[in-house]
Amino acid sequence: MTTGVAVELNELTRLYGSVKALDGLSLHIEPGELVALLGPSGCGKTTALRILAGLDEATSGTVSVGGKDVSNVPANKRDMGMVFQAYSLFPHLTVLDNVAFGLKMRGKAKSERMSQAADMLDLVGLSAHKHKYASELSGGQQQRVALARALAIQPRVLLLDEPLSALDAKVRAQLRDEIRRVQLEVGTTTLFVTHDQEEALAVADRVGVMSQGRLEQLAAPADLYANPATPFVAEFVGLNNKVPAQVSGGQAHLLGTSVPALEGSIAGPGLAMVRPESVTIVADSAGTSTISSVAFLGPISRVYAALADGSVISAQMASSQAKAFSPGDPVTVGVEPTGVLVVKDDAA
Amino acid sequence: MLRRLRDALPLLPFLAVVVIFLIIPTVTVIVSAFFADGAFSLARIEALFSGTALAALWKSVLLSASTALIGAFLGAVLAWLIVSSPPTSMVRRAVISLCSVLAQFGGVALAFAFLATIGLNGVLTLWVQQVFGWNLAGSGWLYSLTGLILVYTYFQIPLMVIVFVPALEGLREQWREAAVSLGASTWRYWREVAVPLLTPAFLGSALLLFANAFAAYATAAALVSQGSPILPLLIRAALTSEVVLGQSGFAYALALEMIIVVAVVMVAYNALVRRTARWLR
Amino acid sequence: MRRRTLGGKVFRAMLWVAFGLFFLFPLYAMADFSTRNLISGGRTMQAWQNLIADEALYQSIVISLLLAGFTVVAMLLVLVPTMIWVRLRTPWAKGMVEFLCLLPLTIPALVIVVGLRNVYLWVTYFLGESALTLTFVYVVLVLPFAYRAIDAALAAIDLKTLAEAARSLGAGWATTILRVVVPNIWSGILSAAFISIAVVLGEYTIASLSGYQTLQVQIVQIGKTDGPTSVAASLAVLLFGFVLLLVLSLLTRGRRRATVENVVQPGVAA
Repeated sequence: MTTGVAVELNELTRLYGSVKALDGLSLHIEPGELVALLGPSGCGKTTALRILAGLDEATSGTVSVGGKDVSNVPANKRDMGMVFQAYSLFPHLTVLDNVAFGLKMRGKAKSERMSQAADMLDLVGLSAHKHKYASELSGGQQQRVALARALAIQPRVLLLDEPLSALDAKVRAQLRDEIRRVQLEVGTTTLFVTHDQEEALAVADRVGVMSQGRLEQLAAPADLYANPATPFVAEFVGLNNKVPAQVSGGQAHLLGTSVPALEGSIAGPGLAMVRPESVTIVADSAGTSTISSVAFLGPISRVYAALADGSVISAQMASSQAKAFSPGDPVTVGVEPTGVLVVKDDAA
Repeated sequence: MLRRLRDALPLLPFLAVVVIFLIIPTVTVIVSAFFADGAFSLARIEALFSGTALAALWKSVLLSASTALIGAFLGAVLAWLIVSSPPTSMVRRAVISLCSVLAQFGGVALAFAFLATIGLNGVLTLWVQQVFGWNLAGSGWLYSLTGLILVYTYFQIPLMVIVFVPALEGLREQWREAAVSLGASTWRYWREVAVPLLTPAFLGSALLLFANAFAAYATAAALVSQGSPILPLLIRAALTSEVVLGQSGFAYALALEMIIVVAVVMVAYNALVRRTARWLR
Repeated sequence: MRRRTLGGKVFRAMLWVAFGLFFLFPLYAMADFSTRNLISGGRTMQAWQNLIADEALYQSIVISLLLAGFTVVAMLLVLVPTMIWVRLRTPWAKGMVEFLCLLPLTIPALVIVVGLRNVYLWVTYFLGESALTLTFVYVVLVLPFAYRAIDAALAAIDLKTLAEAARSLGAGWATTILRVVVPNIWSGILSAAFISIAVVLGEYTIASLSGYQTLQVQIVQIGKTDGPTSVAASLAVLLFGFVLLLVLSLLTRGRRRATVENVVQPGVAA
């Protein structure tokens, strides 16, 4: 339907008094790409989105869409569709009128508006609810209408501000896939803001992890997960064990074996961030570690083992394998040869 | 069923107070309007259609409607001013407190406030006389219907502020931002979103102002010591002199008339407010 | 963050000034009028001194303050246990109680006083001629405001759990209400109390047409011969009310936006 345009955020800074909500954020989004901005609350991700939308003004820096600088273009002329966290449907209009609103603002004739809006509702699967009001719909349905409303104007950019945060867990997963499906079908360049890492990893072409107004790392989901560039990213995305390790010559020495140390690791002694699924546990009557507990989580289980120095490490494995272990069993704990990030040990 | 009655026993004190001091007087009024000298009679009701009574009713409606409209518009403007100020500023809190006081105290205090301002020896009267040589208070217009309209407005506007501010605050910022991102200018946002959403609240509040003015007694009583241009003052006359129109108990019929008007308006108010509550939660 | 244009700011400032003048000037005029020495043209505090010096006025102030106090106490004693009981034991009665509490908004005070004569014949027979018997009617008048304030406070706590916890630990109903529930709805009770005081101090309709000498009645009476004193008394009452509500708004600061609704509700009781 639309060929996407490229979006460029250049050195965006936003100051509130002396507080830096954004600190020199630069981001390039390819046409048709979905980039997720991920981070804890207060990291600046929503501020960045609102500056892009024109609802907020940057203290310095520029915003370009399709190669043109839009920093001074008012929000209602930026031709961007926005989906808010909640409660953004106009309560006094029917679903169809809500979706047709943007088209009305653009002066389209009534019949044309209505048919385009109806098409959009088809796309999100809510045609049956055309004549209902927002209060008669569930949270998930309301957000789908909001999505249809944002897309009805065929925007150059689609902006999503934590669209799933206010929904129940089950609805969240369904709607997340729905949004991605629609976005791929329509091909609009999209910026998706969320604090939920599972959402970001599942939905995006690339994920930008933010902290304190700065972009820590921008990479494809798999890349982000396997090769975190900074301690913050390693902590924020996925689970981690922190295992004492020694780095020398690009290799991290831990648990009696050596694995590659990722770029960004410190040199010398520190803590290695090891993912539970990379931890190996083997039954060994001569082993120096003991199983402390096993948590059954359905298809996978987490097995906790106490190391020789007393610290506990968690390993993730298929439940069929975990069945073999019971608390008190002597085992040997190892690690798979994937790269790890080694960070400074603040407690040392 | 018996258990319910037993459980409801602790509610007796409350029910007793309400029944004795609210329900019984009201029923007394309604019933007595239809009885004269112990027998069922429509004489008192008929008296409601006499010239004096109709004139008083008409003036009351005029007073209430005009102050409701003026108060609603000006009050909405003031409410907007308040809501668009920073939420925790001292000014905002002080203004809302002031509005609460003015709307609630109404009555006598305000009558004297205006006497002190534009009465015969009022501060403004004397000042204008000194500077411009005009006589503001000369014709005693403060004690006429026009004067009452001005004075009533003084407590209608704060009342409007108190009732309307919650509605304005219920206008979510997301709606404005959604409208803007969809291409609406400020004007179109107001026309297509804000005004339709606020209209039921506005109309409802105006109705409330109408009922408030219609039932108001103290201010008029304090300002107008003789004569009964409006309905509440006619009731005063009927109560303090049983000889009005040669009918005793005329007050009952007048009070019944008042109940009916106010009840009708309040029912309409409630219907409108319910719709607002749904949208502007 | 919306951009504020200069034109917009000027416009708003002008509106504020206009409203400020309209509302504050009469108050200033009251202060001026009540301190004006009509004979020699200077300032005098005679009118304000009359608040204490004039016996009749002073008595009416005392009576009205007492009346306000009695009304607050009576209202709390009647309303708080009733509302708690309805929430805990008789939820089916909630609609009826709410309706009865909001009814005084629809029945003008003027109507009540017209129909009150017979009832008050009995009241004065049992309780005497004092103006303090107005307490009962005043409790009815303040019901809508008090109900809303206390209801909001009760809705904000988990009453059921609190009460059950207290009872399971052995507390009787009186202890539960007084020492467990009340401390948690304190802001609602304060709101209700303050509004009740405001209403009682400003009430004229029922007092005057029933022939009692409360403050407002006295003010109107004095006003026929001594303008400045009446104006002084009126201003004093207004200032008192303003301070009262400002204190209340400071005490309940931090509550959600329903603060305005907790403080005052529209009344058809002027």
